[in-house]
Amino acid sequence: METALTHTNHSLPRLGQPAPAFEAETTHGTLRLEDFHGSWLVLFSHPADFTPVCTTEFVAFAELAPELKKRGVELCGLSIDSTFSHIAWVRNIEQNFGVKIPFPVIADLNKEVAALYGMIMPGESKTETSRCLFVIDPNGILRAMIYYPLSTGRNTQEVLRLIDALQSTDKHGIATPANWKPGDKVIVPPPKTTEDAELRMKAGFETKDWYFSRKAV
Amino acid sequence: MACVNPGGELTESARHILAAMREPVPLSQVAERTGLPLYRIRSAMRELSEAGFAAESAAGWETTSSGRSALERVLTRV
Repeated sequence: METALTHTNHSLPRLGQPAPAFEAETTHGTLRLEDFHGSWLVLFSHPADFTPVCTTEFVAFAELAPELKKRGVELCGLSIDSTFSHIAWVRNIEQNFGVKIPFPVIADLNKEVAALYGMIMPGESKTETSRCLFVIDPNGILRAMIYYPLSTGRNTQEVLRLIDALQSTDKHGIATPANWKPGDKVIVPPPKTTEDAELRMKAGFETKDWYFSRKAV
Repeated sequence: MACVNPGGELTESARHILAAMREPVPLSQVAERTGLPLYRIRSAMRELSEAGFAAESAAGWETTSSGRSALERVLTRV
């Protein structure tokens, strides 16, 4: 029989496909993925409550929350800990660091959500989720994934940059170059026919060659 | 979001939500009135409708007579 853990070994979600549906107990009550429909969602896992790197990440995500809110993005954390542990930890963070955790945290004790999203990396730990992060769009489509090891805390500014890039892509139909940040020029998707390639050279974009055009948005 | 605590009483957020639905309203308006995110309102509606305190009609979501009674019980106690 395939267990949740062995399933984890074989199943990873796929970009561009619907994010796996779930219903889970959280610090904000029972939540389903569909409850977030219409908003962007950053679903992220951490290895364990009351651990130092995870604590710095929770503080950083809480500090990022207002900027995400401006962009219509909700946050939801997850680990293989109980709701009671999560509640105690977020209260402890508020007491020790003066930061209130505004987002729900999934208590995934049976590893169901972790298995659906491939959050457990047995080579690192069979009992903890790695630092995984999934960006799910308002239609429930998985748009981006980031996987970090247990030892490395994530860069929340990169998460914000990723959201800005995805939202710019949706709004303007463009792509974003390496190290892009809001305000920088964007990439105009390359033409797919020789006819369009010819036209592209005269289209008025900042064009290096037919396949490499940039513009301001 | 645990709208009813183990003692059978409405939680604070449930009271705010029920008070925001005195007439039929869309969930987005409940979120606006309570200041709670929409995902929490959707979750709460599952619990409140299961408890018989809220119901959906063509005009939107509304607090039921049972919900109004539960709300009044809490308010008179306070």
